[in-house]
Amino acid sequence: MKTNDVILQTATKVVFFIIILFSIHIFFAGHYTPGGGFVGGLLTASGIVLLLLAFDLKTVTTTLPINYTVMTSIGLLIALATAAGSIFFNVPLLTHAFDYFDLPLLGKQSLHTAVFFDTGVYLVVVGVTMTIIQSIGDDD
Amino acid sequence: MMIFFWIVLFLISLSMLGFIYRLIMGPSIPDRVVALDSLGVALICMIGMISILSESSFFLEIILLIAILAFIGTVAFSKFLEKGEIIQRDNNLS
Repeated sequence: MKTNDVILQTATKVVFFIIILFSIHIFFAGHYTPGGGFVGGLLTASGIVLLLLAFDLKTVTTTLPINYTVMTSIGLLIALATAAGSIFFNVPLLTHAFDYFDLPLLGKQSLHTAVFFDTGVYLVVVGVTMTIIQSIGDDD
Repeated sequence: MMIFFWIVLFLISLSMLGFIYRLIMGPSIPDRVVALDSLGVALICMIGMISILSESSFFLEIILLIAILAFIGTVAFSKFLEKGEIIQRDNNLS
């Protein structure tokens, strides 16, 4: 039976961007407020899950052509590179550094190398969650 | 003023008891799904009251998070009830 999902699909087209923006906010605010890479990754994955619910698997994989296993390995590589980068400065493994910079639009901001580690966590969480959900939803 | 928020918190917890009654005794599955969705909304109100009472603004992101998760969960459950599968392979074929 062919059903008409026009309300769900139109609502999804609006809500998806709100979820993605909120996940980016949670990801970048993780240093000073609750949040971080894990919750941000889960929120991004739940936004893609909402796309999968409103549309079908074929449409989402053609719209977002992301290989999530490659995404997981890239995230692990970024986290490992952040951990290994401290070796070149003759400090123990996983030592982080931060400094204050004057950015053109944002003003004085403190940039911390823990953001790169958090980016790795974010990519791994999104990749693993979407791999699990897609491989469960894929079988007949 | 604080006693007002405690009274509101008590009333919300009473309404949550009503939702839990419908969740347990609901004769059909959609009754239970609607009760779960309303339970999420009541939880959002309760966290708002608790964040006022504890004078902390760190719970406000949790509110948005619970709203998103309750919406996605309700959509997934209603799609399972209507079509029998949650994630379709190809929408145009069936």
